Amino acid sequence: MTDLSLEDFWENGPCGQLIARPDGRIVRVNATLSRWLGYDRNALQGRLFSDLITAGGRIHYDTHFGPLLRMSGELNGVTVDLVAADGARLPIFLTANVKMGSDGRPELLRITAVDAADRRAYERELLEERRRVATEQGRVQVFAETLRRSLLPPVLSPPSGLDAADYYHTASDDDVGGDFYDLFPLTRAKWGFFLGDVAGKGVEAAVITGLTRYALRAAAVFDDDPVQVLHNLHSVLRQKLGVQDDRFCTVIYGNLTKRDNGFDVEIASGGHPPPLQLLADGSAHYVDSIGGHAVGLVAEPRFIATRFYLAPGDTLVLYTDGLTEAATGVGRERYDDRGALLRFAKSHAPATASGAVEAVHVLLDSLGGGVEDDVAVLALGVPLVKSGE
Amino acid sequence: MDVYARNNINIVGAADGPLVVLAHGFGCDQQLWRLVVDRLKSDFRLLLIDHVGCGESDPACWDAQKYSSLAGYAADVVDIVRELDLHDVVFVGHSVAAMIGALAVIAEPGRFAKLVMLTPSPRYIDDGDYRGGFSRSDIDDLLESLELNYLGWSHAMAPVIMGTQDRPQLQDELAETFCRNDPAHARVFARTTFLSDNRNDLAQIPVPTLVIECAQDTIAPREVGAYVHENIPDSRLVTLDATGHCPQVSAPDATAAAISAFVRSA
Repeated sequence: MTDLSLEDFWENGPCGQLIARPDGRIVRVNATLSRWLGYDRNALQGRLFSDLITAGGRIHYDTHFGPLLRMSGELNGVTVDLVAADGARLPIFLTANVKMGSDGRPELLRITAVDAADRRAYERELLEERRRVATEQGRVQVFAETLRRSLLPPVLSPPSGLDAADYYHTASDDDVGGDFYDLFPLTRAKWGFFLGDVAGKGVEAAVITGLTRYALRAAAVFDDDPVQVLHNLHSVLRQKLGVQDDRFCTVIYGNLTKRDNGFDVEIASGGHPPPLQLLADGSAHYVDSIGGHAVGLVAEPRFIATRFYLAPGDTLVLYTDGLTEAATGVGRERYDDRGALLRFAKSHAPATASGAVEAVHVLLDSLGGGVEDDVAVLALGVPLVKSGE
Repeated sequence: MDVYARNNINIVGAADGPLVVLAHGFGCDQQLWRLVVDRLKSDFRLLLIDHVGCGESDPACWDAQKYSSLAGYAADVVDIVRELDLHDVVFVGHSVAAMIGALAVIAEPGRFAKLVMLTPSPRYIDDGDYRGGFSRSDIDDLLESLELNYLGWSHAMAPVIMGTQDRPQLQDELAETFCRNDPAHARVFARTTFLSDNRNDLAQIPVPTLVIECAQDTIAPREVGAYVHENIPDSRLVTLDATGHCPQVSAPDATAAAISAFVRSA
């Protein structure tokens, strides 16, 4: 290459070139940059490079990029606007490095400016898009939270002589799980309760969850038999609902009737994990309700019925499989693969309703990110009769 | 509270020398003091900090509300001198940290001996006859510049934060981590810095103060340096033959000499 073509490349190459003293004073500017800026190149000599940047960009340059260049020896793809002689803004990318003298001190700054008008427009769009996504995500979370809250009872209404406690663990901020539960009066002597889990997630699951809650509450008013209540729900779920997903849920429905100081409990289970009973004597066991079909799943379902007595000091704990299926972090192991939940119940018995729910809450916290699905917990406990009452 | 972790406190230099705190301004972190540290460490005990939201400060301590005012940063400085039970402290603050130091000295005068304000400005935006050098729209321009330049930040910083990159030599590491601040925190610090008005605090500074300005500094021009000097009761002004806003980088000899002479002066 001849000196002439090197000189031509420096002057007329496709980017602006600039040499400055370490303090930023311009020594030489190439023809391309002086043309972009509309300055006679001699007019720029001796001026500060940062004076060519917009006021806001100059603050950024003088407080950050300039010191960065001096201390680290290079700048890579910095975004600034230069101001032309006529006041127009030129979006550019700056790349620079430092020529070190033989004494180890900086001698000159070599600065290259690339026209970034198109890229800048694209970046602004990207920035705008990023802001929009953040706003949308916020809206989705608020929406999901509102929907989730609408599907849970605002307050539990236990009969006198029974304590109730509940907890809902949300696995994802921007999705709605299908867990549901309730506790409500039917007559002066009888209360109904249920807890279940609709298959799937998201808006379609939320639709089924809402329907299931109201179908159960309505069916409970007309039928004393928990198994029949589940059959009524089954009929509703088998109707054409206009949703795509499989329309089924696992659920336990039960009635509570006051007797002496405790409650007679009748439950029906449609394929739901069995509740735990924590007894006053410190023992614990599963309620015998294993089996039965999920509600809405097969044409002729069979549900499991069982009855027992909840005495003073006893607590019944219902939960969804987000708890038993939580990953422990050990290989593919799930929390309840080896009977951990029953051991957990035994170690906490006897417990009040709120004590049992609090213990499950602590357990879920300890499982942390391993809890991949929503978890609903409902505990019904009969307080011990205090002596003298 | 662990102020060491919160503010990434590093103590270097002569163990029995006078204690000098070095606090960085907006846009960088304590690494910006390196050249001055090299020149002062044989004579002084130097305590370097990163403001919360900058450098290697503890991200868990970030509080957008607290750090939306310079008083929040000043409260951290007061925490540090109390927790470490420091006395006769000489506080050297660069740029906005000069005002942060002023607020800390006013709040806890008993522990500070002197204040050094390196290229300070009590207000960046013009106001009536007062010339700060900038308009409100210039500051909006700065905030946009921050955003545009941080577009690639999260991507570029991921390997550094995760600590998974191969450890190259120190110089490369410096280039990667030097003055890299979390963009969301930098935006808050920028607003706090450039929209603050601390002109009325200058008269309250109760300790001897050295104001160091540069002969040519577009961010803190000479008339601002003169204003700061005139409004602090016991102050002197030194003008360095230097260009730019960071004389600790562009003129480390002169900057170190000015600090050193002032700390030793009676």
